[in-house]
Amino acid sequence: MLYAILCYHSEDVVGGWSKEQDDAVLGRLATVRKKLTDEGRLGPVARLMPTTAATTLRKGREHLVIDGPFAETKEQLLGFYVVECRDLEHALDTARELARANDTGGSYEIRPLSVYHPPGPMK
Amino acid sequence: MTDIAWIDTAITSARPQAIAALLRYFRDLDTAEEAFQDACLRALKNWPKNGPPRDPAAWLILVGRNVGLDGARRKRKQTTLPDEDQLSDLEDVETELVDRLDSSDYRDDLLRLLFICCHPDLPNTQQIALALRIVSGLSVKQIARAFLVGEAAMEQRITRAKARVTKAEVAFETPGAAERAARLTTVCAMIYLVFNEGYSATGEGAEERGQLCDEAIRLARLLLRLFQSEPEVMGLTALMLLQHSRMPARFDANGSIVLLEEQDRSLWNQQMINEGLALVDKAFRHRQIGPYQLQSAIAALHARAKKAEDTDWHEIEVLYGMLEQIQPSPVVTLNRSVAVSKVHGPQAALELIEPLADQLAGYFHFHGVRGAYFMQLGRNAEAREAFDRAIALANTPQEAAHIRMHLDRLQKDSEEATSSPKKSTRH
Repeated sequence: MLYAILCYHSEDVVGGWSKEQDDAVLGRLATVRKKLTDEGRLGPVARLMPTTAATTLRKGREHLVIDGPFAETKEQLLGFYVVECRDLEHALDTARELARANDTGGSYEIRPLSVYHPPGPMK
Repeated sequence: MTDIAWIDTAITSARPQAIAALLRYFRDLDTAEEAFQDACLRALKNWPKNGPPRDPAAWLILVGRNVGLDGARRKRKQTTLPDEDQLSDLEDVETELVDRLDSSDYRDDLLRLLFICCHPDLPNTQQIALALRIVSGLSVKQIARAFLVGEAAMEQRITRAKARVTKAEVAFETPGAAERAARLTTVCAMIYLVFNEGYSATGEGAEERGQLCDEAIRLARLLLRLFQSEPEVMGLTALMLLQHSRMPARFDANGSIVLLEEQDRSLWNQQMINEGLALVDKAFRHRQIGPYQLQSAIAALHARAKKAEDTDWHEIEVLYGMLEQIQPSPVVTLNRSVAVSKVHGPQAALELIEPLADQLAGYFHFHGVRGAYFMQLGRNAEAREAFDRAIALANTPQEAAHIRMHLDRLQKDSEEATSSPKKSTRH
């Protein structure tokens, strides 16, 4: 079974780490990542840019583009895609394409990645 | 990370919002700051014992409000309230408070706090010092070091600035749309001042002052999170990220300036560039062009060029032309001339800036750029004269050293020309 482990924390706090603190945390995480890769268990890993870089496409009869992250509390995170895009417009077009295929409501938050590690060879 | 380091980061990041909310509550800067200090002391006692609160800002606001009120009551009645350890249901109260403090209150609070630091009577340096002290919570010592002045002098400067803003009447009602927009513009300008104070730092204290860039970016992100659909706030944040991304390449090992075109682009901070580019995209979707957006778009074109010769100077010239229209200034024209020199040659650039000679007579960069155009045109005597004037106006030894490099090259050229008179000047 594949599991996604989603990371939540205050971005004020994480964004406030000094470079040394950040490097120390990432260094320790890299060790775990290496172990998981060696065990053939690790899929893609990503760190997202701050929520200030996010844009949200709210699905509806007319799709609505909203600045900022997805902020509703009634809906839950159900899945995600990682897609290579030229720019935000391209990413929004891609999201609209997905929305056309599934127009049952909900939203897509479009958030650029700041770090991406592709999946290792998995068992 | 140790408890103390965690608490320190949490308090630092909660500070702007907490002070801003306490200011609305007490309507007095000193009381708000004191209440916040007290709340922090209690956090240092309470958090290691009880674990971190879910929302540190809300905790500090609530406790700050209690201790502030407590202080006021004590003055009147000489009685004390129970401290926060004995408030049985602090967690519940905190949860409720978080729900009640909706983001619209928060955002006007923070905007007001930043706006208070931008009092028009205060010179720029005092606005910056005040914002760094009150909003960012930097110590007087840190700020003094950044401005290369003594601690006592800075303390005095901040106290005076605070007295000045305390006297000023700032409306505590929720601002209307026009007032809010005006405040945002003022606050953006102040944040960019903080950034430039750090960005222009060279030599002694450069590292400390460089941290002002990080602080300005932090404030801009904070503002953007509260005003998510303001393209100019996006543009400002992007502009600072894109400029700051070049920091590691801007000076060589001797601390001398390395021009944009000669920088080792592999040293540029790619994460900052990517975030900056993402924000430029977001801003331009709104189709409400503004000065920060245009400047960020120009910075983005530099950031996108893998090599200096890949730079899209034509597009940069167009963007500077637009900037000139919405925010005419001789400095913008001077900057446009650099793009013009790349696209149409030094003669066209020189013609563009000649009319600015009076207005920019005392501006270092004007004479530096003008000298460079003369040099490219082989008008060496005029180049030398312009460079001499630039050196006289240099703001830092690094700037002067950079111009002297041009002069040395001219000198060498003319010596070569004298020793072999048949050889024409190569350019």
